[in-house]
Amino acid sequence: MSHTMTIHLRVWRQAGPEARGRFVAYTVRNVNSNMSFLELLDVLNEKLIHNGDDPIEFDYDCREGICGSCGTVIDGVAHGPQRRTAVCQLHMRHYNDGDTIVVEPWRATAFPVIRDLVTDRSAFDRIVEAGGYVSVDTGNAPDANTIIIPKEELENAFDFAACIGCGACVAACPNASASLFTGAKIAHLAGLPQGKPERKERVVAMVKQMQIEGFGDCSNHAECEAVCPKGISISAIAIMRREYIKAKISP
Amino acid sequence: MAQTLSAKVPPGRLQEKWDTYKNQIKLVNPANKRKHTIIVVGTGLAGGSAAATLAELGYMVKSFCIQDSARRAHSIAAQGGINAAKNYPNDGDTIWRLFYDTIKGGDYRSREANVYRLAEISNEIIDQCVAQGVPFAREYGGHLDNRSFGGAQVSRTFYARGQTGQQLLLGAYQAMSRQIAAGQISMYERREMLDLVVIDGQARGIVTRDLVTGEIERHAADAVLLCTGGYGNVYYLSTNAKNSNVTAAWRCHRRGACFANPSFTQIHPTCIPVSGDYQSKLTLMSESLRNDGRVWVPMKKGDTRAPRDIPEEERDYYLERRYPSFGNLVPRDVASRNAKYACDEGRGVGNTKLAVFLDFRDAMQRLGRARIEERYGNLFEMYERITGENPYEVPMRIYPAVHYTMGGLWVDYELMSTVPGLFVLGEANFSDHGANRLGASALMQGLADGYFVIPYTLGNYIASTPLSDVDITHDAFTQAEKDASARISKLLSVQGTKTVTEFHRDLGSIMWDNVGMSRNAECLESAIGLISSLRKEFWNNVKVPGDRTYYNKNLEFAGRMADFLELGELMARDALMRNESAGGHFREEYQTSDGEGERNDEDFAFVGAWEYRGRDSEPMLRKEDLEFENVELTTRSYK
Ligand SMILES: Cc1cc2nc3c(=O)[nH]c(=O)nc-3n(C[C@H](O)[C@H](O)[C@H](O)COP(=O)(O)OP(=O)(O)OC[C@H]3O[C@@H](n4cnc5c(N)ncnc54)[C@H](O)[C@@H]3O)c2cc1C
Ligand code: FES
Repeated sequence: MSHTMTIHLRVWRQAGPEARGRFVAYTVRNVNSNMSFLELLDVLNEKLIHNGDDPIEFDYDCREGICGSCGTVIDGVAHGPQRRTAVCQLHMRHYNDGDTIVVEPWRATAFPVIRDLVTDRSAFDRIVEAGGYVSVDTGNAPDANTIIIPKEELENAFDFAACIGCGACVAACPNASASLFTGAKIAHLAGLPQGKPERKERVVAMVKQMQIEGFGDCSNHAECEAVCPKGISISAIAIMRREYIKAKISP
Repeated sequence: MAQTLSAKVPPGRLQEKWDTYKNQIKLVNPANKRKHTIIVVGTGLAGGSAAATLAELGYMVKSFCIQDSARRAHSIAAQGGINAAKNYPNDGDTIWRLFYDTIKGGDYRSREANVYRLAEISNEIIDQCVAQGVPFAREYGGHLDNRSFGGAQVSRTFYARGQTGQQLLLGAYQAMSRQIAAGQISMYERREMLDLVVIDGQARGIVTRDLVTGEIERHAADAVLLCTGGYGNVYYLSTNAKNSNVTAAWRCHRRGACFANPSFTQIHPTCIPVSGDYQSKLTLMSESLRNDGRVWVPMKKGDTRAPRDIPEEERDYYLERRYPSFGNLVPRDVASRNAKYACDEGRGVGNTKLAVFLDFRDAMQRLGRARIEERYGNLFEMYERITGENPYEVPMRIYPAVHYTMGGLWVDYELMSTVPGLFVLGEANFSDHGANRLGASALMQGLADGYFVIPYTLGNYIASTPLSDVDITHDAFTQAEKDASARISKLLSVQGTKTVTEFHRDLGSIMWDNVGMSRNAECLESAIGLISSLRKEFWNNVKVPGDRTYYNKNLEFAGRMADFLELGELMARDALMRNESAGGHFREEYQTSDGEGERNDEDFAFVGAWEYRGRDSEPMLRKEDLEFENVELTTRSYK
């Protein structure tokens, strides 16, 4: 139930943050349709190494769509053509013999390129450091069942907690805004009783950090939701705005 | 040095040991804590929880991880759940029962006192995680929901959809983030620990490499916590994340930390089978699927009919047949071995014939598709994404894969290795799972170690140990940096003809074929020879591209590969030494007439901890005798 094909690639190569990048064309033959997209890059890299060339650098770890390490723009779409799928979970059966695929890194001022397809997303960590947590020291917790959370409320919060922090939302946004990422954390915590006491300081601090990092503003393009591998809804952004206004009106 | 190792287990009744310990330890004056720097290598559940908690207590923490963010540690991938003895479902669970199941599940090759403490702490973990905002599954009434998992006869597993590890890790990561903001934790991402620095017999720092700039750095501290996860990737293909490795632990081993039970490996029964030689990793299908899925193969060898065309009476539900009381819920090692047997008999399914069916047809009839979708929707989706097949319509194909390593650096009751000041937490240590780990207990152990054990045991060490002033200009740092740098130069200079991945695949197949689900002396001896020659070949013929001054993944992997090549040999040695079958370690020579593993408690009720004695000498076996004062050693029977 598999077939093989020839795939042409145009891959962004950039030696370092300050270096000039360019597209380089490659052809890979005998691509098995059951391969993942990253395995295609692996196979190409092995070839490059044997030829004495530098392999293409790209980030990955789990290859299961959960760690958020991977992320490249494929044919203009963050994480590629399959909806709700991180690029490590994209498989070659969605391509045809002879296809040409264009591969680029996330492009955003706040995500500088480190090398080839690898970018620096540490701005996301700093947004979380600004307030994306519940302040509870180890040992301070009451019995878990003393906090009652109706199932529906919990599930709603979970939909936002599912964010893997990959950065596709930023890469897809014409303004390179981090609103979906930030909104998801705010909506997760504001949606649960544990997160309510600090909700005001949290939203104000996280939004401020988002701006400091150089992410753009949200103007409701909804491209972020379309590419999110976890299908996080842009209602996160509406919740963030609501929380923000509430915090500003009565700090 | 003594042949035997003492775990320093506190005296007294099992149920009171941990309290006794806590009552007797020395405490660090709160105002003094900030004078102590603690290095935490790894930001998975063990390292993340330890770093956050120690920082809250006032220690100055330096945290390190390979990934670009602490949030991406391999723990993120855990799916199924985390155990605790809360007994919320009122189905008879107790701390004792969780302890007993864990020690029995480990086939009596773990230490009673540690396992009991783990069970005791389990409940606090759930409380802590819920307080952080971890969205564990709830009942309609708003209370926490539990499920039964991996062979347990009570429902004690807490879960967060199929993303339990992710949600627990984000909880720990967020707690860390708070401490980073407070200036208590300095976070070093994209760093790899390359060596441990030991001064006057104490662990006093590490040498790391900045994976972006290639620079080698020195970090001094009063203690080092190694939380670097497991080494399943020695088999090349495994369910571990691609960056999981043994380097940090192996470097510590070479500096004097004993490596315990290295051959105890868990092969997980429900993974998506290999599809081709380009395969880069294997994906686990959570074993919670075995709660509702039925495992079977055709009765006939070489049956190529579509599964739906095979009538009921021509299917062999071999787990239900062989183990009527546990059925599909037998422990992992048993389920894996039986899948292997079915395939060895020629009854495997799919193109490669290295797979068995996991079938939801009956469960869907019983519960309806909606229930199944609610329970396993995201797992089914994942399966379809990878295989292109819809498991609602055709049974899943699954096969065992390397998943977890019970072995690891030896630690005493305080989680301290044989190098004073070097503590080892989480999967990187050997401590709690014996020869086989039960489902949902690794997350529990990682968090127990980090949130609730290390804050006490580290404090005791700091308060009771004289520590001289040490900084990074010490000769030991200079030497360690020199060694690390020389190794990198050597790797780059070989410029042979075979890539790191090609070597890794070769090592993986030696390990899988000889030190895998089923082992015998002959295979193990041959593995030792094969690995040793592969290692020689590696150092003469590896081709590492590029240079050391920029991001170079292949160079990272080359260093890890070199260590895997040493570890692999030790694993084979350990498996050869252990003339018995226990848990995941199945020696063909030691089995009962009906094919179950046979333990030898007389001669092998010990932890085998190997001491490094230089490149040219064989490692020395040291033993920790396991004393069972509270449980009777029975034969695990799941019939
Ligand atoms: C797919 C899958 C599903 C699982 N599901 C479950 C489950 O449902 N329940 C359960 O209980 N267990 C489960 N497990 C097991 C469990 O997830 C792991 O055992 C556990 O998460 C390990 O945590 P850890 O903190 O010890 O290490 P890890 O999470 O592996 O973290 C290791 C850390 O160390 C860092 N590191 C490693 N080497 C170095 C180095 N040289 N220098 C610097 N940093 C380094 C890494 O960057 C990382 O931050 C699962 C495992 C897998 C693979
Ligand atoms: S590699 Fe982890 S999400 Fe893709």
